[in-house]
Amino acid sequence: MSVDLPAHMRPQNSFQGLILTLHNYWAERGCIILQPYDMEVGAGTFHPATTLRALGPRRWNAAYVQPSRRPKDGRYGENPNRLQHYYQYQVILKPNPPNLQELYLGSLEAIGIDPLLHDIRFVEDDWESPTLGAWGLGWECWCDGMEVSQFTYFQQVCGIECAPVSGELTYGLERLAMYVQGVDNVYDLNFNGLEGADKVTYGEVFLQAEQEYSRHNFEYADTAMLLRHFDDAEKECKALLDAGAKAGEGGAHRMVLPAYDQAIKASHVFNLLDARGVISVTERQSYILRVRNLAKACGEAFLLTDAGGFSAAA
Amino acid sequence: MPDLLLELRSEEIPARMQRKAAGDLRKMVTDGLVEAGLTYEAAREYWTPRRLVLDLRGLTARSKDVHEEIKGPSTKAPPQAVEGFLRKAGLSDVSQAHVHSDPKKGDFYVAHISRPGRAAEEIIADLMPGVIRTFPWPKSMRWGQASAKPGSLRWVRPLQSIVCTFGPETEEPVVVDFEIDGIRSGNVTYGHRFHAPGPITVRRFDDYVAKLDAAKVVVDADRRKEIILTEAQNLAFASGLDLVEDEGLLEEVSGLVEWPVVLLGAFEEDFLSIPPEVIRLTIRANQKCFVTRPQGREDVLSNRFVVTSNIEAKDHGKEIAHGNGKVVRARLSDALYFWKTDQADLPDLDMLSASAEKFGLDLKKPLDQRMARLDRLGVTFHAKLGTQGERVARIARLAEELAPLVGADPALARRAAVLAKADLQTEVVGEFPELQGLMGRKYALLQGENPSVAAALEEHYKPQGPSDRVPTDPVSVAVALADKLDTLTGFWAIDEKPTGSKDPYALRRAALGLIRIVLENGLNFSIDPINDVQVLRHQIGASPVAPEKLGPILSSAVRGGLFSQDTRALVAKAKADPPRWLNLIEEHDPSVSDDLRTFLQDRLKVYLRDNGVSHDTIDAAITPESCNLLTIVRRVEALGSFLDSEDGRNLLAGTKRAANILAAEEKKGTAIAEAVDPALFRDEAEKNLDAAVNQAEKEAGQAIQNEDFSAAMRALSALREPVDSFFERVLVNDEDQAVRANRLALLSRIRAATGQVADFSKIAG
Repeated sequence: MSVDLPAHMRPQNSFQGLILTLHNYWAERGCIILQPYDMEVGAGTFHPATTLRALGPRRWNAAYVQPSRRPKDGRYGENPNRLQHYYQYQVILKPNPPNLQELYLGSLEAIGIDPLLHDIRFVEDDWESPTLGAWGLGWECWCDGMEVSQFTYFQQVCGIECAPVSGELTYGLERLAMYVQGVDNVYDLNFNGLEGADKVTYGEVFLQAEQEYSRHNFEYADTAMLLRHFDDAEKECKALLDAGAKAGEGGAHRMVLPAYDQAIKASHVFNLLDARGVISVTERQSYILRVRNLAKACGEAFLLTDAGGFSAAA
Repeated sequence: MPDLLLELRSEEIPARMQRKAAGDLRKMVTDGLVEAGLTYEAAREYWTPRRLVLDLRGLTARSKDVHEEIKGPSTKAPPQAVEGFLRKAGLSDVSQAHVHSDPKKGDFYVAHISRPGRAAEEIIADLMPGVIRTFPWPKSMRWGQASAKPGSLRWVRPLQSIVCTFGPETEEPVVVDFEIDGIRSGNVTYGHRFHAPGPITVRRFDDYVAKLDAAKVVVDADRRKEIILTEAQNLAFASGLDLVEDEGLLEEVSGLVEWPVVLLGAFEEDFLSIPPEVIRLTIRANQKCFVTRPQGREDVLSNRFVVTSNIEAKDHGKEIAHGNGKVVRARLSDALYFWKTDQADLPDLDMLSASAEKFGLDLKKPLDQRMARLDRLGVTFHAKLGTQGERVARIARLAEELAPLVGADPALARRAAVLAKADLQTEVVGEFPELQGLMGRKYALLQGENPSVAAALEEHYKPQGPSDRVPTDPVSVAVALADKLDTLTGFWAIDEKPTGSKDPYALRRAALGLIRIVLENGLNFSIDPINDVQVLRHQIGASPVAPEKLGPILSSAVRGGLFSQDTRALVAKAKADPPRWLNLIEEHDPSVSDDLRTFLQDRLKVYLRDNGVSHDTIDAAITPESCNLLTIVRRVEALGSFLDSEDGRNLLAGTKRAANILAAEEKKGTAIAEAVDPALFRDEAEKNLDAAVNQAEKEAGQAIQNEDFSAAMRALSALREPVDSFFERVLVNDEDQAVRANRLALLSRIRAATGQVADFSKIAG
């Protein structure tokens, strides 16, 4: 870590300082720094920069923050750790470099976690996303017994074998920040690293949103409308994929990304419906399956695009 | 003799896989070397989270030269046959083959093959890539640039380096050189990830272990376990505490660290109001930490826990203990919240009233509310077997019906069955499914249930395995039997039985549990009518019409069978206005319960064999119709001790002789009289035997009626002398056909008389 950072920019003092430090660290190592995807997603993995770019043969190294929405995890702002909206820091490296573990540990040192002071561990965790038809092997990364990241070697995404394999790192930013700032309540995090009248806390930025969205997610979201939206998104996704397949020449596909947006939308709508408690245990499975089918179809179409490594047959 | 050192270093291997993987490595390498013609003196495997290690001592330096002859076809054989032989023997021309002569076969080709021995290094270098490529990881992965192409190397996590050195103790070992997917074997490894990340050159196992030890890696997992256990005990002791030992956790933790350093952490004492089992599981499952007790206390935990870290921290572990404490606190806050929530009222109680009424639940009580919600939510038990609510209703009825058979109060049995699955709706069980039953018991006691009812909520799941305790409280027994019988009949009714190694619903375990509960509690009843009734409940479904008629019919059938007078009378009465289910009862298909009985008999046979009873004794005593598990076992026991006696052995011989003669004559078609005619007796021995058989048959039959199998055996033993003297003095094959037919009839009487006790023909010897 560069020692000459001003105090209010240091990860130990500042939530945004933590993000900026990670940006710098991964930018220095050749990643493109992307901005969050402009749709509601449940995790950084849903960003097309991960889901779709993990497919096909092309090199891809990217890092970005992704606001993630888990409607069910809302606690009306009353729980010190649980949020329905939080930030994930996502790094994807394709193919994974041979020293990915060292790179990851370097990023922890960059944000001020000394591995000779803190107990850092790689604990088995087989990652799976049923909605994305994706799985991989890797670990939960523990720091003094707390899970601070997920580390995954993608084996399959959208039901398609990854060739080559990507390494995916996901940092839970609030949790990591609470750790390095030594704070027990997420709302007490110092957001901007300043003190006194200039200090802005996480609570000042997000508490009201947590309260309002919890109300929305659990009580007021219009379920009849959401059910319609789910069906619409599903229909639109399929229609766009069909149209894109017809438009492409030589077997290429011309409309994957807009179709994938609809898959993301369906997934988020499903999460909202789930939070409203209108999906029974048996229905749950079939909704997940429907989203997975969309994701799979998108993944297969992506392989027929330029970014997916497709070159039209001569 | 030379030694081999092998280290496969990778990224962190899941703890649960390490021990087996190291064993597999030893086996695959030693098997491969032996197959290639080498021998070795000793092999031992080691492992850490980042390495599998094999220390192989006293390997032969070369395999022996091999000379062998391959016999070929006759020199007159057609050319294709000769070509085939040459290909097989690896010869390019027939002139390379020798011609041997055989007086019978004439001249034929023989290939003389001699393979010179190979150097061990060469064999190892050939063997290793195959071992690594075909290694049996339960789950493996691809990685890196190589994974762009199909067929790339798979390992449990990325494989980083391979050490492979070979050489005698007196010389500098050499690197056995091989390469797999770009990883080349060498003599360089790396120490602890943080304490000693630099390269280390190693020669053989001894310096390897010493150098890694200096680089803060304990290669021997058993030593790591010992360090963790001893230090944890010492640390606890110094604070006036006892470590709560946990072998499973110790094994896992030893697989998470290369350099164990044990520390003590703490949480607030307020959390000790949570049940100790919940605290232990919370800390164990999420944090991999041990809990402690105040010294000399068995029942309570202390607020200190033991964490095993992987580093010697600069601050002696202050930060690590502090950080772990924070996480433990957060987890225990959740657990406390769950524990409290489970004791509080659910929201929307008015939505639960229909379910409450169905089960006679008191919605003022928390556990009753949970059961009502389980029913109300329609949680699926199994797609074809309906909801948990329907299942509980069936179990409750059966438990109530079984109560009189096991000496339980029917009302208590019913109450216990109704609450048996309620804790599935509690937050604590949602978080820790392994606490099902135990939590039900705790919550039941908190809401003032009868202690037998509360105990049954936990004990009805028992026995969980062959070494688990069997419930003895009658209420627990009734619910445990009802639960297991309902599961078995259910899966039998939908034809999802265990096949081969597949038993996804643990039906074999349920059957064994059922058998042990019946036997160890000395429960004397026939399982057929119970199975019939419960199969019918599955077939009829959850909401039958006219339940007020169905209930008494089925309850009567549990007591006396579907065709007892009482049951038939009730069925006849129901016919006035026949409900839809009446057909199912009247035309009841017994095949499902017959098949289930056979399964239970098979499990009983396995159980008896495991307890040292010989299989032929079991087969002789069990008939396909035997449906009372307890009497089967008593019969088996009585038969076993009878066969151990001299009378028994002799009678067995006599009976077998009679049966053999009969079988032979039946085969020949010799006439055998329908009945014994005393007028045709020619010898006193015939008369005596006839009288003895009649007497023995009567007495044994009576004894069996009374289920006194020892008396039945005693009755049979009176046959021994008359049978012996019959065979001594009488020739069955008399010239007079009528006399012979009569004597054969007498023999078949022996078979009949003994047959009602056991089928002696099934006994060996």
